[in-house]
Amino acid sequence: MTNIIDARGLACPQPVINTKKALETIEEGVVTVVVDNVAARDNVRRFAESQGCTVTVEEKEGDYHLDIAKGFVCEIESRSEETRENDNIVVYINSNTMGAGDDELGRILMEAFLKTLIVAAPRPRKLIFANSGVKLAIEGSDVLEYITQMEKKGVEVLSCGTCLDFFRLKEKLRVGVLSNMYDIIESLMEADKVVSP
Amino acid sequence: MRGLPLIDDPNLIVGMESADDAGVYKLSDDLAIIQTVDFFTPIVDDPYVFGQIAAANALSDVYAMGGIPLTAMNIVCFPIQTMDISILREILKGGLDKMREAGVTLVGGHSVEDPELKYGLSVTGRIHPSVVLTNVGAKAGDRLILTKPLGTGIINTAIKGGLATDESVESVTECMVRLNREASEVMQKIGANACTDITGFGLIGHALEMIQDTGKGMIIDASSVPLLPGAVDFSEMGLVPGGTYRNREFTISRTDIDPKLSPYVTDILFDPQTSGGLLIAVAEDRAEEMVEELKKAGIDEATIIGKIVDEPGERIVVTE
Repeated sequence: MTNIIDARGLACPQPVINTKKALETIEEGVVTVVVDNVAARDNVRRFAESQGCTVTVEEKEGDYHLDIAKGFVCEIESRSEETRENDNIVVYINSNTMGAGDDELGRILMEAFLKTLIVAAPRPRKLIFANSGVKLAIEGSDVLEYITQMEKKGVEVLSCGTCLDFFRLKEKLRVGVLSNMYDIIESLMEADKVVSP
Repeated sequence: MRGLPLIDDPNLIVGMESADDAGVYKLSDDLAIIQTVDFFTPIVDDPYVFGQIAAANALSDVYAMGGIPLTAMNIVCFPIQTMDISILREILKGGLDKMREAGVTLVGGHSVEDPELKYGLSVTGRIHPSVVLTNVGAKAGDRLILTKPLGTGIINTAIKGGLATDESVESVTECMVRLNREASEVMQKIGANACTDITGFGLIGHALEMIQDTGKGMIIDASSVPLLPGAVDFSEMGLVPGGTYRNREFTISRTDIDPKLSPYVTDILFDPQTSGGLLIAVAEDRAEEMVEELKKAGIDEATIIGKIVDEPGERIVVTE
């Protein structure tokens, strides 16, 4: 069932408030919000994403239609997208650089990888950091913001506790949770697909 | 007023050609008057608080020029047919209390019937003609000091949506009712090169006025900009007023923002402020002293947020 909220002609913050109310009435499903200006579009999208929902925006005759999916929804996209959306993808990062050869290049590539991952579809379910990879999730990391954004979109972020201990960085972890080998193995085994940069 | 023939007068020190906070007119070699007017629709529910905010906001233009406000007149638009007169009384009481605090005498006013409530002041102040502080005049190397935290537009939107926390309601109210008097006094004591107050065009909009047509540029260090509690959270939740997006659209072509910065934070730099703080350009060797003096005067949020540079000219670079 789809709920449609017509928020055209309403001033900020009313479109957000109406979206909030509509999302609160459902456990999971899709709410479509129609707005007629860019400010309302961006605000409603921000709100939905801050609540862990997935948003797709379509422009129709000068209005913006935002399909907001709450919970694990698979009805909104085509069939092929459906299975992809449902895949349990785990991204396993065991180094703070991407690839071997030049460390500086590796850092640039890792930054680009994580930045792109934010918008990549389908979205991974988990992001696991091990060995020097944990350095990406600590205070002062250049990519902390990207990882934080992914966590806000509902991606579970795990960092290897032994590795943080080894580098004496446990206190500096700024995103996600400390994890252990048992959880990491379980996550990797249960995954439909494991991706490593 | 663009395109209209303005009136020339040799005694007009600051007029309408620049985007300045108030007009300044020389009466004699050692005395000039500052005139300004500002009024708006309520931004908070409490009429007494609204009166205080409207008065603090109108007085701010005089403080931003480095002047001393002397007298004020009330401007009132009120729906007398549909609204209880006691509400107006509370608004006027709030305004009057702020004028008393500022040492300003209320000399009159004017009211009209209007379906939409509005309140504000016309303020007259005095200043020595040689120390008038305009928007422009900042030199390369000058440090920029901001005296109030940003985010009033976003937090007022959250309040309208019923989503603001008590902490943010309290801090935004305290911020908006606070006079810029102490900040202005410290600024005059230490000496500044330029000043403006941050209002409807947001930090970036008013900062651009400071470098417009001067050839100078500006670097703003986003992480040092003081923000009201809750502003980033509400920005992330989409409780952003339309004015923030409009300000952003209007100024983004003259602004370079480090892509590593979160849009939830950088949007606050464009947020329209009500009764915002002063943005002061001060020589590098006096900047720390000015911040210290501001803090001593009770302005805890006063912070150096950036500097004036030669390159890139007439652009603002926002760094991490």
